[in-house]
Amino acid sequence: MKVITITSAGKKETVDSGFAERVQQKSGKELRQCYHCLKCSAGCPLTFAMDWTPNQIIRMVQLGLEKRVLSSSTIWLCASCETCSTRCPNEVDLPAIMDTLKEMAIRNDMRSEQTVIQVFHRVFLNCLREYGRLHELSLLLSLKLLTLNLFEDMMLGVKMFAKGKINPLPTRIENVRQLDLIFKIFGESKRSRT
Amino acid sequence: MKLSYFPGCSLDGTAKEYGLSTRAICERLGLELIEVPDWNCCGASSGHSTNFLLGHALAARNLILAEQQGLDLVVACAACFSRFKKTNIVLKENAELNRKMEGIMGIPYTGGFEIRHLLDVICNTIGLETIREKVVNPLKNLKLVPYYGCVIVRPQELTQFDDEEQPKAMDNLTEAIGAECLPWSEKTDCCGASLSLTRVDIVKKLARDIVDMGKEAGAQAIITACPLCQANLDMRYGEDGLPVFYFTELLGLALGIDGNTWLERHMTDPMPLLTSLKLVRGGGDE
Ligand code: SF4
Ligand code: SF4
Repeated sequence: MKVITITSAGKKETVDSGFAERVQQKSGKELRQCYHCLKCSAGCPLTFAMDWTPNQIIRMVQLGLEKRVLSSSTIWLCASCETCSTRCPNEVDLPAIMDTLKEMAIRNDMRSEQTVIQVFHRVFLNCLREYGRLHELSLLLSLKLLTLNLFEDMMLGVKMFAKGKINPLPTRIENVRQLDLIFKIFGESKRSRT
Repeated sequence: MKLSYFPGCSLDGTAKEYGLSTRAICERLGLELIEVPDWNCCGASSGHSTNFLLGHALAARNLILAEQQGLDLVVACAACFSRFKKTNIVLKENAELNRKMEGIMGIPYTGGFEIRHLLDVICNTIGLETIREKVVNPLKNLKLVPYYGCVIVRPQELTQFDDEEQPKAMDNLTEAIGAECLPWSEKTDCCGASLSLTRVDIVKKLARDIVDMGKEAGAQAIITACPLCQANLDMRYGEDGLPVFYFTELLGLALGIDGNTWLERHMTDPMPLLTSLKLVRGGGDE
């Protein structure tokens, strides 16, 4: 493993030759075979919103541009739709690799422009830790409060409530002990500060 | 026939109409659903997105509980289905995770049962022949486009019941219940539902593109098999969108079940369409 500093577009950047190996180890997925045919990026429904196309992410992992990858919007915008992975001629499992990169970003406290998505995941898991099931109303309220975005979707929310699509009260699973153990054993030891 | 049944959070919340219509059609078709006792959220998508082991552990608890029922497991939500399929493999391959889960649950996991999507069970176990025989109210003149979305059929080696690029199950079902199934381009395109609460701008664009293509294909409505797809297409289009049905709701109507308690929950009101085609009685004003 070798870490060097390069200057690219006037900016200093670290290149870590061990990064690709770490991503492969952690995800259990091969990514060195990617030969950048762009089939993944051509079919990805989210490329229009991403800062790097899916294959560019793979390329940057191959090159060892860890910071650039872990602070990208792309890893958070990937919808895990599996379009790319089913079409890739080299069986690169992009959504699994994107999940690994998100996990690495959280562990390294890396920020991206997609703060709201990062907050969402944290709030969602807090809700599960509390009840074992999703309670949309708690989730929505915490998310809107934390992201200071109180009014987006308010009318929609009111209509959903009227249609009985939002339960006023949460349901908690009975075996809270098992739930606690799952979070204790597998949950984040270090809480992300996003 | 008895099956173990995992409803998942959506079918108890934003997709109540899917849950209600699933129960109603299964009863009519002689499928006895035994709910997985004390199930928890499968963790999609925040679990697997941010913590590999936690994501699989949350899904694993349900699989271990389901295995105790000694039946095959049927799942109606596409996201839960996909997660369970993946976790089933990981639990068998990852001895450490399996051992830790056994420690938590006090029960070992062998994975000696099938995990199937409800659409697969209806089309391939009940079978279209039986359904055709039981249809009492064929949905004549209803023009539909089938929307499969992402992980019900992808990747094929995991989901194991239909073609991942050109699925046919829901097309065939649509015809079996007497409706017309139109060809279109968006069958398996992703609606971006995992971003529906965080990047409304993106999701609106994706949903609009899909519904617009449905309109262009000449459809009067969309038929789906996923609570996240339905919610997204039904809610995010805005004015003059197309009604978006669960396949269970339309199957229920065709089987002669009164569907008002499901249909009244839609955001894009399907009643004007269904009444104009005389497919429901009373038009929801009972
Ligand atoms: S489709 Fe596969 S090989 Fe082609 S660019 Fe994408 S990841 Fe690389
Ligand atoms: S899984 Fe992610 S990267 Fe692949 S096509 Fe879907 S959104 Fe794009």
